[in-house]
Amino acid sequence: MKKHLLAWAVTALAASSALAQTGDTLAKIKASGSVSLGVRESSGLGYTLGNGKYVGFHTEMGEIVLSDIRKQLGLTSLEVKYQPVTSQNRIPLVQNGTVDLECGSTTNNATRQKDVSFAVTTYVEEVRIAVKANSGINGIKDLAGKNVATTTGTTSVQTLRKNERAGGIDFKEVYGKDHADSFLLLESGRADAFVMDGSILAANISKAKNPADFKIVGEVLSVEPIACMLRKDDPAFKKAVDDSIKRQIADGSLAKLYDKWFIQPIPPANVKIGLPISDATKAAWAAPNDKPMEDYVKK
Amino acid sequence: MSWDWQVFCEDTIERQPVQGCFGKGGDITYLDWMLSAWGWTVSVALLALLLALVIGVVIGTLRTLPDRPMVVRLGNAWVELFRNIPLLVQIFLWYHVLPSMFVALQGVPGFVLVVFALGFFTSARIAEQVRSGIQALPRGQRYAGMAMGFTTFQYYRYVLLPMAFRIIIPPLTSETMNIFKNSSVAFAVSVSELTMFAMQAQEETSRGVEVYLAVTGLYIISAFAINRIMAFIEKRARIPGFVVAGGTGGH
Repeated sequence: MKKHLLAWAVTALAASSALAQTGDTLAKIKASGSVSLGVRESSGLGYTLGNGKYVGFHTEMGEIVLSDIRKQLGLTSLEVKYQPVTSQNRIPLVQNGTVDLECGSTTNNATRQKDVSFAVTTYVEEVRIAVKANSGINGIKDLAGKNVATTTGTTSVQTLRKNERAGGIDFKEVYGKDHADSFLLLESGRADAFVMDGSILAANISKAKNPADFKIVGEVLSVEPIACMLRKDDPAFKKAVDDSIKRQIADGSLAKLYDKWFIQPIPPANVKIGLPISDATKAAWAAPNDKPMEDYVKK
Repeated sequence: MSWDWQVFCEDTIERQPVQGCFGKGGDITYLDWMLSAWGWTVSVALLALLLALVIGVVIGTLRTLPDRPMVVRLGNAWVELFRNIPLLVQIFLWYHVLPSMFVALQGVPGFVLVVFALGFFTSARIAEQVRSGIQALPRGQRYAGMAMGFTTFQYYRYVLLPMAFRIIIPPLTSETMNIFKNSSVAFAVSVSELTMFAMQAQEETSRGVEVYLAVTGLYIISAFAINRIMAFIEKRARIPGFVVAGGTGGH
């Protein structure tokens, strides 16, 4: 998922050294006593509080994975280096070894599986529709003739286009520069609906002046498995990460983590996102797997 | 780094390559989309330029009128207002703030608002150039016009403006090229122009290098075309012996 302009220099630099790495991440961690965790500065599953502090559902889960790995390797201490990544540089940074494990909001899809590996899916993102509570819109069929907002530079634009084509429903698209802009379009009445990842919709609604004015409605327009990303062809490291996640699922600590970040009030503003765990996420936890997005579409 | 220009021939729904690169029967390819985005960019820029030239010339001229301090002050206020606020902020004022104050504006499409925002912003800069062009003329020209018995309107029409317009063609060329580049802010209010295409297509196709190179090329072509047109006008409108020929250095 996600957006925006290219970090050309970083990408080019990273790509050039991508082949120089050989992958035994566990040995590297053991030898150096440090590990690099890729995190997001602003996303639904991971964000920063400033001053080099990174929090969020996926960030914290990544920290637990690394502490499990520390125990497995018998290290008394393990230094975690936080490396903020963006949609544009995350794959090169994982490939060239700058980042050992990236836990942000990266969608596991077939194209990316050619370049990197993914841990088992920990969150399933559902693209949904947010509307004003009193709008009378209950699903994509009600959007005929309406203005639908989404954010420039996201895959939701493509999702919307596919749905418009498949359903034969004619609506007008308006594009926000970023998620806050798109939500403003909905708030100010320029748009009748905002189509985006469920977690982003819920987070924007929770921050609105009056959250009760908005609701998330209708069918799931697209499903995207989100997982931690790691280097390709390093089965021992992948197994260590997967085992830790499966352990967290089995003993209920991942569910607790979900509750902490999506149901309870969270920093910095101490507001609740209020997004109950979806059936798709529950299914992913019940049978841990690293299937790409394409496998979800076929169902 | 390997190129994949084939991406422009893919349709935008299933990303399947299309024969001939242009979509048929309602399908659109990335190439179709890019050309339509180019059309939006050119439309925004040219309409805004037209608006900017008309307003800029009027305001710039008013600012040089003798014995009309109120009109001059009004013109100055216009220029300072529109050139001191960042363009992106102005776009948002037109799109989000003004419609909430004047309900009638809510039905106006973003495209029209962007033309006004960009046109007014540029008009302030053109007004400044027109003013300096008129003031750069020797004072004697104005007096000569008055001595001929011309009214104020007449000596502006027959003496000052024909000279001033010719002097300011070079800076005006920069301004017309700028308007093309500045039109990229239109994406912020959901006009489907080149910058929006670039951001969206690179996310969908993961072929950012190809997409951005193509879009950069189109911006260069557009701005350079304007540059050539202006250079032609400059050459034809030159007053022998008054304005030094461009490109050959001073002498």
